Amino acid sequence: MLSSRALVCALRRGVWRPLSTASCVQQAARGQDMSADVLDCTVPQYVCRLDTPLPDVPFVTNLTPDQQLLKEREQGDWSQLTKEEKLALYRLSHQLSYPEMRQGSLEWKTVLGGVFFLLGFSGLLVWWQRVYVYGDVPHTLSSDWVEKQTQRMIDMRVNPVHGFSVNWDYENKCWK
Amino acid sequence: MSLQKPVMRNLLGKRLRFHLPIAFALSIVAAAAFKYGVTEPRKQAYADFYKQYDAVKEFDAMREAGIFESVRPSGE
Repeated sequence: MLSSRALVCALRRGVWRPLSTASCVQQAARGQDMSADVLDCTVPQYVCRLDTPLPDVPFVTNLTPDQQLLKEREQGDWSQLTKEEKLALYRLSHQLSYPEMRQGSLEWKTVLGGVFFLLGFSGLLVWWQRVYVYGDVPHTLSSDWVEKQTQRMIDMRVNPVHGFSVNWDYENKCWK
Repeated sequence: MSLQKPVMRNLLGKRLRFHLPIAFALSIVAAAAFKYGVTEPRKQAYADFYKQYDAVKEFDAMREAGIFESVRPSGE
């Protein structure tokens, strides 16, 4: 009881902070601003999706002065813009074009390779388990028992039309 | 350049008009193939087997083999 009280007091006094390896704690300890890589979900997001051709916000919101000039020229006649300027305006408001969104990757090779590797490893584990964990097989699977069992099945005429006994030659007492 | 207006109507109807007859035809073919490939030969095989079946002879042979508990082989 006393030790847990001591632990709680130590935690409150900040023993945890230098010991923690969480990146947010480390960044706070170094005095860095956390907002760079955190998504602010209270404002509309830019999304690159095939089914959303017009996202809520443009891709680039912090425009350099050059880009701001270009944006102002966009308000005017578009035939005054060169092809490169039109492409630059497109890239300001969209991150990827539709063909770029649709293009696949070669990730499937990695995935398939990983799947096969893990299947093989599981096979090794199953083999080890068969050798070192499982007990003996039941005596009814010994060859002697199976022989007597087969003879009994033949005597009983099991499946005489399509199946088992149709393959036994009863005259010559052998398999057909 | 202006794009042509894409086709907006009758999409499901067109698809059904094309695919449903094929689906029905293939299903009927599958059923017929199973009937005449599997069930009819099976029925014929059973009929042929039981046409030449002598139940008493078979029973005696099984009895001699010693598999029954109610009747032992004639030797005992």
